Amino acid sequence: MTKKVAVLGEIRDGSLRNVSFEGLAAARTIAEGGEILAVLVGASLGTLAQDMIHYGADRVVTVEDEKLAQYTPDGFSQAFLSVVEQEKPEAIVFGHTALGKDLAPKIASRLGCGLISDAVDVEIAGGNVVFTRPIYSGKAFEKKIVSDGIVFATIRPNNIAPLEKETSRAGEVTALSAEIKDLRTIVREVAKKATQGVDLSEAKIIVAGGRGVKSADGFSPLQELADVLGGAVGASRGACDAEYCDYSLQIGQTGKVVTPDLYIACGISGAIQHLAGMSNSKVIVAINKDPEANIFKVADYGIVGDLFEVVPMLAEEFKNLLIKA
Amino acid sequence: MNIFVLLKRTFDTEEKITIANGAINEDGAEFIINPYDEYAVEEAIQLRESHGGEVTVVSVGGEDGEKQLRTALAMGADKAVLINTEDDIEYGDQHTTSKILAEYLKDKEADIILAGNVAIDCGSGQVGPRVADLLDIPYVTTITKLEIEGDKVSVVRDVEGDSEVIETSLPLLITAQQGLNEPRYPSLPGIMKAKKKPLEELELDDLDLDEDEVEAKTKVIEIFLPPTKEAGRVLEGEISEKVKELVSLLHKEAKVI
Repeated sequence: MTKKVAVLGEIRDGSLRNVSFEGLAAARTIAEGGEILAVLVGASLGTLAQDMIHYGADRVVTVEDEKLAQYTPDGFSQAFLSVVEQEKPEAIVFGHTALGKDLAPKIASRLGCGLISDAVDVEIAGGNVVFTRPIYSGKAFEKKIVSDGIVFATIRPNNIAPLEKETSRAGEVTALSAEIKDLRTIVREVAKKATQGVDLSEAKIIVAGGRGVKSADGFSPLQELADVLGGAVGASRGACDAEYCDYSLQIGQTGKVVTPDLYIACGISGAIQHLAGMSNSKVIVAINKDPEANIFKVADYGIVGDLFEVVPMLAEEFKNLLIKA
Repeated sequence: MNIFVLLKRTFDTEEKITIANGAINEDGAEFIINPYDEYAVEEAIQLRESHGGEVTVVSVGGEDGEKQLRTALAMGADKAVLINTEDDIEYGDQHTTSKILAEYLKDKEADIILAGNVAIDCGSGQVGPRVADLLDIPYVTTITKLEIEGDKVSVVRDVEGDSEVIETSLPLLITAQQGLNEPRYPSLPGIMKAKKKPLEELELDDLDLDEDEVEAKTKVIEIFLPPTKEAGRVLEGEISEKVKELVSLLHKEAKVI
C-alpha cells in the first residue's frame, strides 16, 4: 500500500546530517511508491531543502522561526506537529540521534501512536512495514511492526545506505508558519566537548582504547591513528571508570552502540558488555598484549603485542598507504 | 520535595542471551535494576538529602520486580510501588508502560520524576519523554548534572558528547545519563530497613485503566540472534611485519581503507 512518508531532516552546524539522507532511503522503502516529504525545522534553513530533494525527497516543507535556532522538545514538536496536521503523513522517519531520541517519543505520544526506535533495517514483508532493531544492545535482534496507526520509526545512523545523490532532481519547497510558543526548556549554553569533530555514532572508523591505554595521555597515539584515518576515538567502560577519558566516549551496553566499517580495539580485553556495543561493526581489529583476551574471539584480524608499539606503527603505515592512494 | 523514580527490572549486563520458543530465554538469568535507572535512584536520594521530602520508586511489570524495588529501598528510597500487569497484559510496548505510569502519576503532584535514559534490554528510550508528555510537564533527557533552587532548575544535558546547559522549572521529568553520579551500594542496615518499608502493589483495575486503553501499538514478529562470528586471524611474525600485513589486509581483503 502506498504511503506518504514524512522524514525529519536534522541539521548540525549548518549542514544536514547523513542520517537524514539515510532516512529518505528508508522512506523510499516504506512509501512503496507514495510521496516522500522532507520536513526541515530551524531558524535559518538556507538551501538545505534542495539537498533533501537531491537525496530522494519529492517535496519539502520548512518551518523557520527564530525560536527554533536551538533544539527544544516544545519548539520542535510544535513545528513538526503543525506539518503533520497539514500533511497527514501515514509514516514518519527520524534519525535515532540525540535529537531524534528526545523528540520522537513526544511526537508519538501527541499522535497517540506507536514508535519503533533504533531501527537498523526496514523491509516490506507480508504487507507490513517490518523494522529490524537490536535488543539487549545488539546481543539479539527483533523484527517489529506497527499494528495500527501511523508507522513511526527512528533509524540508527550508518545502517541504511542513502540513495545516490541526483542534483537534477527537482521538487516543491513550501514554508509553513507555525506558532512556536511557551518553550519550557531553554538552552543557555552549548559546550563542545567532542572537540575532534567526528561523531562516534556516525563514524566510519573508530579507534577505541581500554584499560591497556593506562592513562589519559595513553590515548594520544590512538587519537593520532584516528586522525590519519579520519575516524573517531572511543573507549571501553574500564578506560572511562579509570578516568582516562570522558564517559561520552564509552562504547558498550551502557554507553554508545556503534557499527562502523572498521573498529580497532586497542588494549581492550573484550568484556561482554563492551562487545555488546561494537560486535556488529563490519570489520574488527584487536590489538592486545594478552593472546587469551576475549576480544580476539570477535576480531577479524588480531595482533598480539604492545599497543604503544603497534598503534604508532599502524598510523605510519596507513599514512604511507593513503599518500600513495 | 515530592520525588518519583521510574524503574525497570532488566537482565544483568553480563548475561549471555539465548532464545527459546521464539522468545528471550529468561531461565536462570540474573536480573538487576536497569543501570541507567540506578543513576536516577541515586540522584533522587541525593535530592531528598539536600531538599527534604520523599522518594517513591515505581515499576511496571511482573511480581519479580519486587526484588529490584527492594534494592532501591535499600539504597535509600522511602516507598515503592509495583504496578503488576502480569495478569492483564500479555504484550505491552512503550505506549502501554507510559500510559500506565502517567495514569498512576497524574494525581501525585510530583515535583520531579527521574528515570533512566534508556533500558538496556529493549533500548527504546521512549518511556520518559512519553510520560512527561502525557502529564504535560517539561522533560530533559540524558542529563549529567542537576541543580534545583526553588522551582528553578539547571541541568546539563549530554548531546552526543557535547553538553548543553538547560534552564527549566519544576515540575519536571529528567532521564539520567552515565556520569550523573556514582550510585551507592545498599548498606547492610539499609537492606534490613528496606524489608519494613512500604511496597504497594497495584493492578490496572486500581488505576481505572482498561486493557484496550493500554493496548500495544507495535508488535514483535520475530526475535533472532546475530550470526555468530568466527574467530578471525591472529597475525604472526615480527611486530613490523604484522603491522604491514594488517594494513594490506584492511586495504585489499576487507577493503575498509
